[in-house]
Amino acid sequence: MTTNCAGCAEASEKAKELKKIIAKYKDTRGALIPVLHEAQEVYGYLPLEVQREISLGLDIPLAEVYGVVSFYTQFSINPKGKYQINVCMGTACYVKGSNEILDKFKTRLSIDVGDCTDDQKFSLDACRCIGACGLAPVVTINDEVYGKLTADDVDDILDKYEDK
Amino acid sequence: MIKNIEELNALKDRALGNITVRLDRTENPSPEGGKIHILVCGVAGCASSGSLKVAAAIEDEIKKNNLGADVKVIKTGCFGLCAEGPIMMICPEHVMYTKVAPEDVAEIFENHIMGGKIVTRLLAGEKEYEEIEDRLPQIPFFAMQKRIALNNCGIIDPENIDEYIALDGYQALAKVLNEYEPDEVIDEIKKSGLRGRGGGGFPTGRKWESSAVVQDHEKYVICNADEGDPGAFMDRSILEGDPHSVIEAMIINGYAVGARQGYIYVRAEYPVAVKRLGVAIRQAEEYGLLGNNILGKGFNFNLEVRLGAGAFVCGEGSALMTSIEGKRGEPRPKPPRSAEKGLWKKPTVLNNVETYANIPQIIRKGADWFNSIGTEKSKGTKVFALGGKINNIGLVEVPMGTTLRQIVYDIGGGIPDGGTFKAAQTGGPSGGCLPAEHLDTPIDYDSLTKLGSMMGSGGLIVMDEHTCMVDLARFFLDFTVDESCGKCPPCRIGTKRMHEILVRITEGKGTLEDLDKLEVLARNIKASALCGLGQSAPNPVLSTLKYFRDEYIAHVVDKKCPAGVCVSMIKYKIDTDVCKRCGICKKGCPTQCISGDKNTPFAIDQDKCVKCGLCMEKCPFKAILKNA
Repeated sequence: MTTNCAGCAEASEKAKELKKIIAKYKDTRGALIPVLHEAQEVYGYLPLEVQREISLGLDIPLAEVYGVVSFYTQFSINPKGKYQINVCMGTACYVKGSNEILDKFKTRLSIDVGDCTDDQKFSLDACRCIGACGLAPVVTINDEVYGKLTADDVDDILDKYEDK
Repeated sequence: MIKNIEELNALKDRALGNITVRLDRTENPSPEGGKIHILVCGVAGCASSGSLKVAAAIEDEIKKNNLGADVKVIKTGCFGLCAEGPIMMICPEHVMYTKVAPEDVAEIFENHIMGGKIVTRLLAGEKEYEEIEDRLPQIPFFAMQKRIALNNCGIIDPENIDEYIALDGYQALAKVLNEYEPDEVIDEIKKSGLRGRGGGGFPTGRKWESSAVVQDHEKYVICNADEGDPGAFMDRSILEGDPHSVIEAMIINGYAVGARQGYIYVRAEYPVAVKRLGVAIRQAEEYGLLGNNILGKGFNFNLEVRLGAGAFVCGEGSALMTSIEGKRGEPRPKPPRSAEKGLWKKPTVLNNVETYANIPQIIRKGADWFNSIGTEKSKGTKVFALGGKINNIGLVEVPMGTTLRQIVYDIGGGIPDGGTFKAAQTGGPSGGCLPAEHLDTPIDYDSLTKLGSMMGSGGLIVMDEHTCMVDLARFFLDFTVDESCGKCPPCRIGTKRMHEILVRITEGKGTLEDLDKLEVLARNIKASALCGLGQSAPNPVLSTLKYFRDEYIAHVVDKKCPAGVCVSMIKYKIDTDVCKRCGICKKGCPTQCISGDKNTPFAIDQDKCVKCGLCMEKCPFKAILKNA
């Protein structure tokens, strides 16, 4: 029987990718963090099954894998939105009002920091300094950088993505 | 493949010809290799504000006008004037244009490149100069700087190793391998007086020595590029603008201490830096400057990039090493020091990016040249990332001992919108605030520590009267509570308690007793936390308590926030003399707490008001006052 399920094909494609990643780092010292980074690239986040796969592949106890995943803020065990909003909360941005911008995103999307909208379209995070202090306050949405913002700009920015 | 020093020199001579047009034209009057070079900043702030689109537009314009033989565009590192980005410079005349949009490019070509006339509206700094001349030194922002660590940033193409070699790149490595014994390298660095640029300011030469004396066939050198201090981005700029200077220094470091393997630990938040480092390492490997038998001198050294994953504590040496080992980035108690037992329990030297960026020039120009710059105990220069309420936001590199006033006013251009300088924050979450009374302090490691702050990695955030110092202290404690790894109780629990007190104060529920409690807690945490992160976490609180105690007292006694930042203490009031009773504020109020109509004066019910400020924003007559 052939499967026509697009989701299954995608899942097995990803599983293959993951196997490749693990094989690539198998003999590297301190491989866990690079593997987690690349696995997250593939899956968008690190669900328990993926962590289990990595634990088996690298022969590291699952508890330790989970311990590392939960220690570092870059690793997420929850799926992220199609558009990942990051509001920079570095000092330079903060003294220029980034908290007001973050509040505006929270109210407009009705989600809290770290959450994702129900339609999986937007996720909202407050991040540490991204080193674009010349443009403070700064927000990034996926790879796009928005600088020198005020809370009033938030609606226009989100409208751009709502239509997509 | 460069087999020996002669081949390196031959390559240098060839490569130099290609970039003479970018160097000072009085020294190099006959530019070859293209008549005009257009340098576009392709990193950090400029890239974020669209400089790559500008570079693409320039390419298009070159093609359109058939100028391929005469005009070349180069994506360089940071010029420093980040707030004015995207920035470009046209050489040989060294004219700098700021805030260039892709739409401006056609005009630049028509008037400047082909017409020989400056586009004055896009000029940096003084706009009145019309003549094409070497004007950079006339802009105060550049005139007062001395660039060592940022020497090549903004001049060379960071993705082209030849351009680095053209400007004496890898000559320091050649000199070291050819003329120096390992201990002589360490002596030279010790003599230079270079101190670590990442925070503590530990003498670099001594650090190298303590690892060199340990006998072990397996040793490591690590570059700490986990620039977590919010508001500091000099390491990012160096890695993105001049990655080879760091690589060269690390090879020298390896030779000096007897290590054959190096790691660069970079924040994952800096994807461009990671990419550039990858390119640079590959090029150095192809040229045989990394790998086995470097320059035919029998020395082997390899380099690997490791990514952080968003943990501030990994900027601490032992935590960083634990993270490279693939574990939770928790620091460990010392001794043993990393010089004896570091990465994989082997002797390890860890230096910061900016520290490394100084090394090749110290070797080339000599320790005496370097230690003639700076103050008695702090030699050389320091890169500061100016941010916050200051006109010229960006990166500046000044000799140690430059005063805060010179940095903020002469180079930084002062406070925007006629604001007044209130304080400068240095050292990020580990540092403190310098109030206006210390504007004339010459800045070096020791003067900052004496004032209760620290150099840190060089973030310098300027604040004006609209910043509440209590709220700022709370902001930094927010940061440390969040970033505390949780291993030692003083940091895990202590900073949390401090944070709770600060929240109480900013909500108007604090008491005078709270201030004493804060101080006691702060001193205890400083004395007992396991690592530098915990030990320095109370600094922002202690320094604001020291210099801005009156502001704390206003919060706890008068229940007022003088800067008007702490929301719960803000009171909106309607000035009935100015109010025209139009009712716009009443319509807009989300909690319907405004009463009044044509015949009765408007008023705000303070109990219901959520202090959103919408009424003040909407009022056409400015009749709503904040904290009056």
